[in-house]
Amino acid sequence: MSQNVELDRVVMRFGAVTAVREVSLEVRGGEFFSFLGPSGCGKTTLLRLIGGFIDPTEGEIRIGGRDMRGIGPNRRPTAMIFQNLALFPLMPVWENIAFGLEVRGVPKSERRRRAEELLELIALPGYADKQVAELSGGQRQRVAIARALAVEPQVLLLDEPLSALDLKLRQHMRAELRALQKRTGVTFIYITHDQGEALAMSDRVGVMSQGVLQQVGRPEELYDTPLTPFVASFVGENNRFAGRVREAANGHATIETEAGIFRGRNVGRLSAGERALLFVRPERLQVANGGAVENRLTAPVSHRTFEGAFIYLVADVPGSRPVTVQLANTGAVPVSEPGGEITLGFAAEDAVILADQGEG
Amino acid sequence: MTALIRRFGLGLSALIIALPVFWIVMMIVLPELVMIDFAFRPNLLPAEIGGPKDVYTLGNFQTLVENTIHRAIFLKTIWASAFVTLVTLVVCYPIAYHLAQGTKPERTGFLILLLIIPFWINEILRTFAWFIILAYNGPLNALLSGLGLIDRPIRFLNGNFGVIIGMVYAYILFMVFPLYNSMESLDRNQIEAARDLGASAWRIHRRIVIPHAKPGIATGCIFTFMLAAGSYAVPALLGSPQSRWFTEIIYNWFFEGGNWNQGAAYAIVLLALCLGFILLMLRVFRVNLGDIAK
Ligand SMILES: Nc1ncnc2c1ncn2[C@@H]1O[C@H](COP(=O)(O)OP(=O)(O)OP(=O)(O)O)[C@@H](O)[C@H]1O
Ligand SMILES: [Mg+2]
Repeated sequence: MSQNVELDRVVMRFGAVTAVREVSLEVRGGEFFSFLGPSGCGKTTLLRLIGGFIDPTEGEIRIGGRDMRGIGPNRRPTAMIFQNLALFPLMPVWENIAFGLEVRGVPKSERRRRAEELLELIALPGYADKQVAELSGGQRQRVAIARALAVEPQVLLLDEPLSALDLKLRQHMRAELRALQKRTGVTFIYITHDQGEALAMSDRVGVMSQGVLQQVGRPEELYDTPLTPFVASFVGENNRFAGRVREAANGHATIETEAGIFRGRNVGRLSAGERALLFVRPERLQVANGGAVENRLTAPVSHRTFEGAFIYLVADVPGSRPVTVQLANTGAVPVSEPGGEITLGFAAEDAVILADQGEG
Repeated sequence: MTALIRRFGLGLSALIIALPVFWIVMMIVLPELVMIDFAFRPNLLPAEIGGPKDVYTLGNFQTLVENTIHRAIFLKTIWASAFVTLVTLVVCYPIAYHLAQGTKPERTGFLILLLIIPFWINEILRTFAWFIILAYNGPLNALLSGLGLIDRPIRFLNGNFGVIIGMVYAYILFMVFPLYNSMESLDRNQIEAARDLGASAWRIHRRIVIPHAKPGIATGCIFTFMLAAGSYAVPALLGSPQSRWFTEIIYNWFFEGGNWNQGAAYAIVLLALCLGFILLMLRVFRVNLGDIAK
């Protein structure tokens, strides 16, 4: 039913700006795939490449195994939902939805029937004759999706479609989108700079930075085993220690930092002497009360934030960035007031060691 | 009103309101009223003015209905102006679309400048330039025969052809700018979305661009039609005695026939024609005056 999308060393340059650098990946048929990255990293450009609005400077894009170079957006099995939706304000809702069918010469009564079916699907029955201006943000959102689905695309391209909605509605629409994708079986390629959104909705996520695809993986993989320092700090919160590898063996390594000597998973496959970064998540840090934890450090607490279910402590570790600890509020949390010393610990399995490429 | 007084005081507010009112009354309302008054009175000798013959009558309008030549010229002016409007629209639509959607913003300014530069020259001179280009021994004929397209020069300035070309050229900007303004506000993503859904260029224009640009199209057509119907210089220079324009007849009544009453009546008919055209455009494009004022 749905086709896969392959990118093969795709490069896109606009004059001197390289918006996409050597991106290769395969989005599988029927998959919910997200591109995640900060603003300006080339996400929209990548989506426009897949949709056929622009052709890559170098490389190849295949949909369902077929090379797409030179094939315009109107002849690709893709449909795009634009960052600003781009509904047609001068047409009523049903004509918006049925526009793709009108183009294909479907008779009017049939178009109307299909539009009403789709309105049913997006839970807006009875909205056929409304004007676009009369709809709320979430309703417009859904009409845009229906308009794209009406042409029965193999691949649906979504460019940050939820960014204009408020938080509540956004969460609701996430669930709806996900359910819709499951129901229709269409391949979704979704763009967002919101990592919570990407992790919550996607089968797999591709993380981008400055036109480079940094890592592709399931949300858990990205979170637990980031492969680059960018992914480690962009996806979720992370504490970072810089140092040098002392010894490496059996997939683990020991690094020497100004805050202490720590052991962690040698994800970056470094060898002794190399410059390294160690990342450990705030929730994987614990207050070590003499227990048997592998890595420990002692530092003065500078801030304490109470957030109900969680308590955040910030410790000023000498020779390192401040370290954040997230403690579940189980009632057993020791009172660590700002100014007091605290000893933190973490397991080697919870720490990821990556090569320090000298940026940031 | 009260806000104005609160802001500027009574004296200054009165002045601010009085000046435009004075302008409108003295420059627009009064002359029109005098024209209307003239139009409905017979042309009399000075001694008869105020006498028993000086009554309101439709006689001046009847002349137009009865004089077959004037009537034919009036009808010709209508269809020729409509034709000029249509040709101008067809010529300007692609230009305006290209400016509004097809080029990078940095280049748009440059292209608009190129469009405007010829209009820094006086209209008479520009029209005269066309007179030279279209002349029997002029460069256009030289070019066409040089290319072997014609064996004998064509008399462009003999009929309506030269007049229509000259007018299309003269009114390009009055069509391009309203079109450009209305097209520029169209979100480019809408065009791409339509294309993504499979629409051809033709359908994109018919369903997305033209509906969006309707107020601009109506405005441009109204400008062009009124300017064309009321044009004097272009038909006088580029036309021949066989292709007279209605304005030329009005001119003749005033300044050669010395019959101001008759001229005023004809001028009012022309004014009514233009008003009628405005209403027709508003109806055809289903826009109201508010949209056009934008
Ligand atoms: N048509 C274009 N011409 C020139 N440069 C462009 C063009 N389109 C994009 N760029 C550049 O390419 C880079 C990536 O842009 P892109 O729109 O893909 O970013 P994005 O990740 O979608 O950002 P955002 O999250 O803000 O939407 C930017 O530096 C942008 O300036
Ligand atoms: Mg974008």
